[in-house]
Amino acid sequence: MSFETAFMFGKIAIVLMGLLAVVPIMLFVERRGSALIQNRLGPNRMGPFGLFQAACDVLKFIFKEDRAPDHVNKYYWHIAPWIAVIPSFMTFAVIPFAGTYTDANGHLQFQIANLDVGILYCFSIASLGVYGIIMAGWASNNKYSLLGSLRSAAQMISYELSLGLSIVGLAMIFQSVKLGEITAQQGEVLWTIAGIEIPKWGVFLQPLGFVLFVVSVFAETNRLPFDLPEGESELIAGYHLEYGAMRFALFMMAEFINMAVASALICTLFFGGWQLLPGMDWVVGHLDALGILPSGGALVLCQALSFVTKIAIWMWIFVWVRWSIPRFRFDQLMNLGWKVMFPLALLNVLITGVLIYMGVL
Amino acid sequence: MLVKRKPAIWNRLYFVEIIQGLWITFKNFLFHKKVTIQFPEQRRDYSSRYRGQHYIKSVNNVENCTACMLCPTVCPASCIHIIAGEREDKEKYPVKFDIDILRCCFCGMCEEACPKDAIKLSNIYEMSQQNREVYEKDFLLEQRGNK
Ligand code: SF4
Ligand code: SF4
Repeated sequence: MSFETAFMFGKIAIVLMGLLAVVPIMLFVERRGSALIQNRLGPNRMGPFGLFQAACDVLKFIFKEDRAPDHVNKYYWHIAPWIAVIPSFMTFAVIPFAGTYTDANGHLQFQIANLDVGILYCFSIASLGVYGIIMAGWASNNKYSLLGSLRSAAQMISYELSLGLSIVGLAMIFQSVKLGEITAQQGEVLWTIAGIEIPKWGVFLQPLGFVLFVVSVFAETNRLPFDLPEGESELIAGYHLEYGAMRFALFMMAEFINMAVASALICTLFFGGWQLLPGMDWVVGHLDALGILPSGGALVLCQALSFVTKIAIWMWIFVWVRWSIPRFRFDQLMNLGWKVMFPLALLNVLITGVLIYMGVL
Repeated sequence: MLVKRKPAIWNRLYFVEIIQGLWITFKNFLFHKKVTIQFPEQRRDYSSRYRGQHYIKSVNNVENCTACMLCPTVCPASCIHIIAGEREDKEKYPVKFDIDILRCCFCGMCEEACPKDAIKLSNIYEMSQQNREVYEKDFLLEQRGNK
């Protein structure tokens, strides 16, 4: 096996493990975070701070009886959770998690696939995830589930529009849809105000696009305030009503991994991806001075660390928003999608175009 | 009363409201006192008048009860079953004193009716059992609770 292949497998393994590790961590964060926000304590008995609670939850899922109701369409019912979970893993493939490492032997890219379509790949694969939900709802042969998945489909279509359009401005500025290039360009300095360098992050170039993107991404991941496909007060549990044990856990996994990917996308597009966080260059300097890592290794490590930190912050925001904001009504959701988000996204493209034409951006 | 409201357009923007909401939950997350009572170690302080598990008060290991049958009469759930007997010193006493605790509604009428201060409701509330429990005299004679 050549070095290239081994490196590729290594990258895939790291990304897969990282995404799988997100699930128990988020289980813990979600449960304790929600508890603290609601002035409770949450599960705090298993291990220090209740850290092993996630392991217990997983064990419980594994040992629960995995029964299929009689009235479901067996084939689709069984494959639906997998169809929901696999695309969420696939999306991460084009997201670079560290800068290019250059040494005498050549370049090492810390990105599984450097596709030319870049971000478009993300969107197309992410929209496959909804098929899992639709299949689950339909195969469950149950009105609540079907309603849930119908909502999910309608929601996806309406918000994918503004999701795609909110990126157009960014692609116009960076003249690329490759995530690697977008991230690399975000390392430049935009303005210097009173000695503080403001980096050329997407959020400073495209504030409106950023807001639109975040809102659409919340809708895409089916998280509150847009979790109408689940809507337990009106649809019990929506599309995963008939699922139990590990199959339900797969849906949950898909949700958490979608969250991770969404956070990664937000960071890559608007927060400079793997660009070092302020203060990180100091760490890099000291690590380099120690001389344990090959030259440049410390930089790559810190870039990956910055990226993970940014993702973690965004994941926390996902949880935080979920426990703060009540759910939209479905007509409000559609109104927001079509009458507010969509025109605003178009306006954003227009404004960006004008600004580029005038040479401001 | 008319409530003054902000112009709706400001609320319809959602953003200010959302940020306010996030700020409130953030304050709760970090600073607010948590209300959870961690049960086995911490307990809720119930009033001493709480009506929990029964016991029969005894003095010098002799139950106060004289089997006057007032409590089975007053009990709305008819769950006290007493068979009266006679001691050597001609005193009346309950040979059998059962409380079918599953039927009891913890109204406390028995305690109120008792002329001898014999039957008492303690403030013990952990009464989960794995079988259908009838509290017998021996069990009830253990002095538990707060009184
Ligand atoms: S508490 Fe009420 S229901 Fe229970 S034994 Fe006493 S009188 Fe009967
Ligand atoms: S009312 Fe008191 S004394 Fe009379 S039978 Fe009941 S417990 Fe005994």
